[in-house]
Amino acid sequence: MGKMIINGKECEFTDESNILEVIRKHGFNVPTFCYRPDLKDNFGACRMCVVEIEGRGIQSSCTMPPQDGLVINTNSARVRRIRKTVLELLLANHDRECTTCDKSGTCELQKYAEEYGIKDVSKYSQRKEFKPIDTTNPSIVRDSNKCILCGACVRACDSYHGLQVLGFANRGANTVVQPMAGRHLSTSECVYCGQCAAVCPTGALTIKSQVDKVWKELTDPNKKVVVQFAPSVRVAIGEMFGLEPGVNSTKKINAALKAIGFDLVFDTNFSADLTIMEEANEFAERVTKGGKLPMFTSCCPAWVRYLETEHPEMLEHLSSCKSPQGMMGAVIKKYVPEYYEDITDENLVSVSIMPCTAKKAEAIRKQFRRKDGTYEIDYVLTTQEFGRLIKSAGVDFRTIEGIEPDSPFGKYSGAGTIFGVSGGVAEAAARTAYQMVTGEELTDVVISPMRGTHKEKIVELDLKGTKIKVKIVNTLREAERCIREIQEGKADYQLLEVMACPGGCINGGGQPQSCNDLSIREKRAEGLYEDDATGEWRKSHENPEIKELYAKHLEKPGSHTAHELLHTTYTDKWTKLYKNVGNK
Amino acid sequence: MTTELKIDIAQEQERVKKQIAEQGLRVLVCTGTGCIANGSLKVIDKFKELGVNVSALTDYDKMTIVPTGCHGFCEQGVLVIIPELHTAYVKVKESDVEEIYNEHIVGGKPVERLLYVDPNTHEHVHKSEEINFYAKQVRTALENCGHINAECLDEAISVHAYEALSNVLRENNPDKVIEEIEKSGLRGRGGGGFPTGSKWRFTAANKGGKSYVVCNGDEGDPGAFMDRSVMEGDPHKLLEGMAIAGFAVGADEAYIYVRAEYPLAIKRLRIAIEQAEKAGYLGQNIMGSDFSFTIHIKEGAGAFVCGEETALIASIEGERGMPRPKPPFPANKGLFGRPTLINNVETLANVPVIMRKGADWFAQMGTEKSKGTKTFALTGEVNNTGLIEVPMGTTLRQIIFDIGGGIRGGKKFKAAQIGGPSGGCLTEEHLDLPMDYDSLRSVGAMVGSGGLVVMAEDTCIVEVARFFMNFTQHESCGKCVPCREGTKNMLKILERIVRGDGKMEDLDTLEELAHAVNDGSLCGLGKTAPNPVLSTLKYFRDEYIAHIKDKKCPAGVCTALKSYTINPELCRGCSKCARNCPAEAIHGELKSPYKIDQSKCIKCGACVAGCPFKAIEQS
Repeated sequence: MGKMIINGKECEFTDESNILEVIRKHGFNVPTFCYRPDLKDNFGACRMCVVEIEGRGIQSSCTMPPQDGLVINTNSARVRRIRKTVLELLLANHDRECTTCDKSGTCELQKYAEEYGIKDVSKYSQRKEFKPIDTTNPSIVRDSNKCILCGACVRACDSYHGLQVLGFANRGANTVVQPMAGRHLSTSECVYCGQCAAVCPTGALTIKSQVDKVWKELTDPNKKVVVQFAPSVRVAIGEMFGLEPGVNSTKKINAALKAIGFDLVFDTNFSADLTIMEEANEFAERVTKGGKLPMFTSCCPAWVRYLETEHPEMLEHLSSCKSPQGMMGAVIKKYVPEYYEDITDENLVSVSIMPCTAKKAEAIRKQFRRKDGTYEIDYVLTTQEFGRLIKSAGVDFRTIEGIEPDSPFGKYSGAGTIFGVSGGVAEAAARTAYQMVTGEELTDVVISPMRGTHKEKIVELDLKGTKIKVKIVNTLREAERCIREIQEGKADYQLLEVMACPGGCINGGGQPQSCNDLSIREKRAEGLYEDDATGEWRKSHENPEIKELYAKHLEKPGSHTAHELLHTTYTDKWTKLYKNVGNK
Repeated sequence: MTTELKIDIAQEQERVKKQIAEQGLRVLVCTGTGCIANGSLKVIDKFKELGVNVSALTDYDKMTIVPTGCHGFCEQGVLVIIPELHTAYVKVKESDVEEIYNEHIVGGKPVERLLYVDPNTHEHVHKSEEINFYAKQVRTALENCGHINAECLDEAISVHAYEALSNVLRENNPDKVIEEIEKSGLRGRGGGGFPTGSKWRFTAANKGGKSYVVCNGDEGDPGAFMDRSVMEGDPHKLLEGMAIAGFAVGADEAYIYVRAEYPLAIKRLRIAIEQAEKAGYLGQNIMGSDFSFTIHIKEGAGAFVCGEETALIASIEGERGMPRPKPPFPANKGLFGRPTLINNVETLANVPVIMRKGADWFAQMGTEKSKGTKTFALTGEVNNTGLIEVPMGTTLRQIIFDIGGGIRGGKKFKAAQIGGPSGGCLTEEHLDLPMDYDSLRSVGAMVGSGGLVVMAEDTCIVEVARFFMNFTQHESCGKCVPCREGTKNMLKILERIVRGDGKMEDLDTLEELAHAVNDGSLCGLGKTAPNPVLSTLKYFRDEYIAHIKDKKCPAGVCTALKSYTINPELCRGCSKCARNCPAEAIHGELKSPYKIDQSKCIKCGACVAGCPFKAIEQS
């Protein structure tokens, strides 16, 4: 608590960890590249946020703790000169092929260059050597010629996941950020979460786009393109069109997809409900029949990949349920031709729209490959790519009139929609598990201790005498802690929900970039909880289309058909990844 | 309340004194890195071989060869000092040993040809203390270097090792130790010059939990080797200084960060730590007190930036050596997030002396704000190069002309670069400037770690600036933009200028960048990187302009700006130059003047060196 003078204005501060936060809170701004409020590591590398403090000289505001009585100038000649020089030097060394850059329009370097009126950097040494772009990773494209070495990706990977997929190498002007020993991004322990791209201020790390391929299918008159979209997409896509974060755009999305030319629009929330049916059943069986516990949720492909590459010995804990995307893909390919006469195995194209870059890698898992060599999901677009799709189709998202989805896989319960936020899967599962175990309906469906985007939650449930302890974590660093707990015999919970992205899918690597504002993920979470609170059904087993699917096709959760269609297997990828690196 | 100690240091000193008295004739042979490279180990073997018969041939019962640490006068190595005969021999080779033994030790007649010759008076000097290089020095940190066997604890005890620690532990008053260091006015010898006592007090303020002491031995300035000399020549003094620091600030664990390029220092430190732990001067319950202190050695991989304290901490933690922003300062949040006192080797080596002789004794040396003595690594175009220690405030003139013996070959003094790649240059007008923290800073230079490179009239100052910029650019950690990109662009400009491709606008860009890098960089490396450029631009701007406008290097150093021509009046047409030319750039007919084809000339100078008539001129 205290007061500082910022640009002549008296400004109060409370618990802000640095003066940059105070500066921004009071309506001023200084530019930043390397500062990301979620990465609390005091990095201070880009030197864009420098301010002049009386008696303290030049300080980077992102690393300087607030102190009573500081007198700060954010626009002195000295600091503006530093910022301008930094921008000029970065631009001189940058691949300035902006118009064809994936980040054009959202690039922070471009933005500040424009704001600071940088027009000529010819007096500085220009980048001469252009390195090839690394497109080997299924989710992420790395263009080192665009890298400004802010280190945000390195720190995100380490601080969220305890992984060092990217790191600094070499010294001086030869310094680079690269995967270990300069290898390709595909040969690393990357879990494809995309958080590196989510914090990248430039076009150095971008999402591998499938937009053009989807357009090709959409414009092919012989193809029938069926689409699903994930829970979190509905509360984030609006941001790309000037809507507030968290505004629920479900019906607008339905309409936009139809306007773009998709033939059928389904909702991944439906298959989230389906996942709950299967997963709650599996969990109940493990508890009653003595299966491997704690059971791990399997919705997050980055988490699945992490276990396969880092902890194959723990794979037995992982639920055999496919993720909601995977279940929907299987259901679409198997049953849509039965419901729609003009759609056949041959002309059906399955597209999903996800907040997640790892879903792109999940879709091409060998387990998701059909007998004819095609995949259950043909293309995965992220929310960002979906936004671009809408824009290039000329659809006015802001004004488009919302519509209902198609049947029979478009309806969803509130339980399905909260999958998008950390704790949502557990809460949804609890609503149905209660019914499965006790035979009674849970009346108070909101389990508030499971809510909130913080990294670790432990909740004990009382299913009328059967006590169940659930642990909910997000980020793989937290998950790794749980694995250690379990291996050391210190874990007393039976269910572990893991989401790799901080806060859950609402903050996925494919969502519109939001790394400078932590409130955005909160608003998106609120949007989903609001959707849950106002929907017609709040439990997965109440969803009439789910009931219909079981009645007509799957019989009951865990049935033979359900297993064939909705469950999957895992493989030890550790050996393949590390066999040349040494022994574990 | 004083503490009873189990070890009586005075008794120990008596014991070792007797031991040393029994050694007979002591022959000190330097085994610093430089002298070892010059063959001192062979010299020792030869002495040992001959010494077997010493009692039969002389009055001495026996002869003891003491391998010592560095004397500082490395260019005169191998140094052999025989204190009892009041003689110092220089440039001794294995083949000289027999002569020294037979003529002097047995025969009583000094070997004149192996004595030091004063470059100015041309007279032979017998005693080391009479050699100007030594005579004008005052040694505190280096007081025992070259006088004791660095691998022997008893020898260290004979020169007061662990006496100060013993006193400190007996008095058991950490605060008083800090007060004494504050009173002494000791300031950080690693470059920054921050008051050591204040640093200790800040760290001590966080007492309670785990704290660390870190000794910065990552000596990286080109040419500086004072820290190495202390670690190689008097390691127990450093360990004692660290233990006193640990006691004062409440730390029980310490790291010495030494660059892996110092294998001898590492070896001797390891030996010293083992000896001290075994004897009870380090480890658990030191000398029977409640104070425990363990020291680890961390070998650095040789990045210059790891001499920056936060990068050094990151490196010990196993991270890439990249500096972290301050605040938080290490005193509050340092190694492994704990309060950490980090001092440089030379600073810590001063501590036991201050604690033993008193703050007042220390503070009487030096200037008002810079107390005590400072070591300098004197190199370049001076007659006597080596490691020296003088009171703070000694002038540059005294160092170069008295201790250094003046400029080599009678050339004219041009400038001295002080503080290595972070420092600035001093010119003739600064010869009488007192060498202390504040005076040097006021002229755009800094004490730094004490590297002092003397340059004569034939040194190109632009090339010097380019050399240092090249160094800092390659040693930049690459973290912050001003340092990584700024120094790269400064280097490119300097390279252009020495190549003869510079433009006058380049000087403006160079200055602009220098200020931005200085203001904007994250750590000390970046902030000081532009100093050599700024100070040479200030004092030698004409030389920069000569390179740019006239395409000439006034010192005749920059290859690209050199040109060779044959004076037809002196050339006799002997064709030797043409035969010597590796580029076939010289043509002509026998007995008539030859000519150099400038487009082919690679400016190697082979023609000049070979011309018997001095007909080839360089411009």
